[in-house]
Amino acid sequence: MCLVEGQLTSMRISLGRTAAALGVVGLFLFSGPSLTIAADGPVAAPPTSSIEQALTKVTSEDESVREAAIRLLIEQGDASLVLRLEEIRAKADRSIRQAIKPLMDLLKNRAKLTSPHTDVRRSAAADLGSAGNPSAISWLDAARANEPNKWVRYTMEESAALLKLASDDPSITAAAADKLGELGSQNGVPALKQLVAAGDGAEATESQKTVAKAAGAAIDRIETWGVWSDAIETFFRGISLSSILLIMSLGLAIVFGLMGVINMAHGELMMIGAYATFVTQQCFTAWFSSDVFDWYFPAALPVSFFVAAVFGWVLEATVIRFLYGRPLETMLATWGVSLILMQAARVYFGDLTAVIAPGPLRGGAQVMVGVYLPYNRMFIIALSIICVLGIYYTLFRSNLGLRVRAVTQNRNMSACLGIPTRKVDSYTFAFGSGLAGIAGWALTMVGNVDPGLGQNYIVDAFMVVVTGGVGKLAGTIVASLGIGGLNKLIEPSFGAVYGKVFILVMVILFLQWRPSGLFAMKGRDVD
Amino acid sequence: METNKPKEARPVEADSASASEAGPSRRELLVQGSKVAAGIGVAALLGNLGNWALSYAAGKEPIKIGVLHSLSGTMAISEVSLRDTVLMAVEEINAKGGVMGRMIETVVVDPASNWDLFAEKAKQLLLQDKVAVVFGCWTSVSRKSVLPVFEKNNGLLFYPVQYEGEECSRNVFYTGAAPNQQAVPAVDYLMSKEGGGFKKFYLLGTDYVYPRTTNKILRAMLLAKKVPLANIEEEYTPFHHQDYQTICGKLKKFAAGGGAAVISTINGDSNVPFYKEFANQGLRAEDAPIMAFSVAEDELRGMDTSALVGHLAAWNYYQSVDTPQNKKFVADFKAYCKKNNLPDGDKRVTDDPIEAAYFGVYIWKQAVEKAGGIEVDKVRKAVYGSKFLAPGGEIMMDAANHHTYRPVLIGEILKDGQFKVVSRSKGLVKPEPWSEYTNPEKGCDWVGHQGTYQK
Repeated sequence: MCLVEGQLTSMRISLGRTAAALGVVGLFLFSGPSLTIAADGPVAAPPTSSIEQALTKVTSEDESVREAAIRLLIEQGDASLVLRLEEIRAKADRSIRQAIKPLMDLLKNRAKLTSPHTDVRRSAAADLGSAGNPSAISWLDAARANEPNKWVRYTMEESAALLKLASDDPSITAAAADKLGELGSQNGVPALKQLVAAGDGAEATESQKTVAKAAGAAIDRIETWGVWSDAIETFFRGISLSSILLIMSLGLAIVFGLMGVINMAHGELMMIGAYATFVTQQCFTAWFSSDVFDWYFPAALPVSFFVAAVFGWVLEATVIRFLYGRPLETMLATWGVSLILMQAARVYFGDLTAVIAPGPLRGGAQVMVGVYLPYNRMFIIALSIICVLGIYYTLFRSNLGLRVRAVTQNRNMSACLGIPTRKVDSYTFAFGSGLAGIAGWALTMVGNVDPGLGQNYIVDAFMVVVTGGVGKLAGTIVASLGIGGLNKLIEPSFGAVYGKVFILVMVILFLQWRPSGLFAMKGRDVD
Repeated sequence: METNKPKEARPVEADSASASEAGPSRRELLVQGSKVAAGIGVAALLGNLGNWALSYAAGKEPIKIGVLHSLSGTMAISEVSLRDTVLMAVEEINAKGGVMGRMIETVVVDPASNWDLFAEKAKQLLLQDKVAVVFGCWTSVSRKSVLPVFEKNNGLLFYPVQYEGEECSRNVFYTGAAPNQQAVPAVDYLMSKEGGGFKKFYLLGTDYVYPRTTNKILRAMLLAKKVPLANIEEEYTPFHHQDYQTICGKLKKFAAGGGAAVISTINGDSNVPFYKEFANQGLRAEDAPIMAFSVAEDELRGMDTSALVGHLAAWNYYQSVDTPQNKKFVADFKAYCKKNNLPDGDKRVTDDPIEAAYFGVYIWKQAVEKAGGIEVDKVRKAVYGSKFLAPGGEIMMDAANHHTYRPVLIGEILKDGQFKVVSRSKGLVKPEPWSEYTNPEKGCDWVGHQGTYQK
């Protein structure tokens, strides 16, 4: 299926190319008249002679001549000069090279303002804002008029305001400060603070004081907004960490929670899922064209699920089956298995294992000023919800789930009623392992793929399952939300190291208070 | 010709293996599995004997050297490359007739990333195998663990990795950078006009001795350079930390308004999640470049570099250094890895610790030849002030403090996992194990003083 889709994509792309080529031809045909129009427009090309003169003067030893030439080039030049300047720069000595560098950056960024890529336009606008050259204001304003993207427009407005802030005219400065306050621009805060400091000075003039007042008000607005955006981001981070905790605990909740098997190799099953993703990616780079590369990621989902499930199934059939009811031995044996799997991965895969995020999962969406939601994290949140629904359906709405729950509640009675308990055990274990594989698949989007991957997460996963109450899916969900949220709430003030310590202490205290976790099993079926 | 001798030893090994398996009486007595095992054992013994006999026939006993790098466990990813490098250097030296006409024989042990085991294996190398010198260690904790063993038994260790300084042992030669050859010049560069004139610094590291000590030095340095305390932020994460959301959020606030740089001493597997999160939260290298001290070519070759491009690193050598001897070195290393069927073969890359491990072997060889023997005390004196044309350019051992004069290079990460050198120190930088910012009163000298002394 993927293959067919891939061919479709490549077809679409080749169609696109043809269209683009036609467009280019069209442009070529109309290039004559469009040039004359440009000459009358606001960005009229100046007589070439003055630019040529300035280009020769740029290398002058006399600093004032050089600066005048650079000013002229900034005002009248365009990106076509960059190549010429590059040549001049290659020949010039160090001081001249340093003088020309900012000029070239300005011209390049000006050209980038009309780039077809949103990111490039936005970076160029931000760079122009921090470069501090007032001629850029008019460029930014002109570019903003035709800008389709809201956030690029925002950055252009912000950059223009930042540049205006340095103006000599106090009314312009005050207006720019107001604008920055209205935009909630964190980037403006250092400059605004300077203005406030200048207004507080003993010999501050009246106009400086009015500017300082405007700047102070702007800082207040920005900071109020900062508190809100912080709160929103912290909330998102909490949810995101919770979803990661949840997705890696789900498999464990089934294997440990329902079956009572302490599987220390569960983390390594995640690692297997991650390596399955890596191998799928390698197959795509080797066998398919780069147009369909991004499809490796969805293709890796079933692969990682089944590979991990098969590993789990084999593990159950060869090791764990013989150790049911002996938790200590199970723990030691599976720990040994985990060491073997880790070293095997290290020997076989070495360290050349990077999973490259597919295009749509790179970067983030800006939803508000200063609030970015990375796509990979939103994806994991969605995935964890889907997994919970899938597990719920499997356990409570399917035939297999009915048997699993029956065996969990009373093994002997289920066996008497004709349920093949052995088979149910091995299916359940394989299903839990497959979920670990999916977790490994998803985790390649946030971290790296290495043999120690499982070790990084296994402790947290056990913590979540135990806190939630063994054997309860709802407990696992609530516990992961609680631990993830609390962690992100604490981390900003205590730092990552103490945040982690704090969480562990909280969990220990909680388990003292409620030894069987949040949602304890009640009634006669408790072992 | 003498050149071929070590190679000739191999056919002997193979012949003796088939000879021992052909023994009919043995075949009847032993089951299949143990027979093969015994065959291999006997073959190895005969092979060794043959090897020894060959060199004995030449009138010289081989010199034993130890290689103490983790080949399993978490550090294997970095340290295996150093073992390969040392073995390659030894092969080169043996191919050219060895040291003073004596072949070098390597004893490779595996301390398995376990620092207690490091001390045990070091003891075994020094007392049981009686090696003349040991090349090894990566982490500071492993070095600290073997230090008493080397000092007690008067062994000799060549340590090839940049480290936090504040050490001055008579039994160790440090061929990697001291803080003033990596961290301090890197921050100097960021503060300079050509480096971008940064004014705010976020010191971010993994929570252990190297980042903590380095950041202590950097903080003292920044304060000495009149950077206000409000512009310095210091933060640590646990080992294997994966969730950099909060830190990147803080960084975004810190970097607002420009002029901010991140100094990263983040170690190992935390780097990828950090750089990914940094890019995903809309931060760019232009807003706040990350200057890393633990990210080199060997780490980058396994990473998705798209999130790292444009960020910086500080080292004393890059694979991209343009010297004729480096081109040869890189080609030789790739060929060596391919020939010996090492993982990834000719896709392997060289980096700073690999270069330091490589020239360490040659510095030792030169010293042995100069001293006319392998006695540690004589070799040590011969190392002082010795020079060697390393792949990245000529380096020099300090005349007294056991560290190495090296150039400092700031590199920008490129898409292919290589570095573009953006700044280079003028000449070699003198190593200072005791930083002038945190321990201005201390010095390290084993000629005029007894190690660490008060200035």
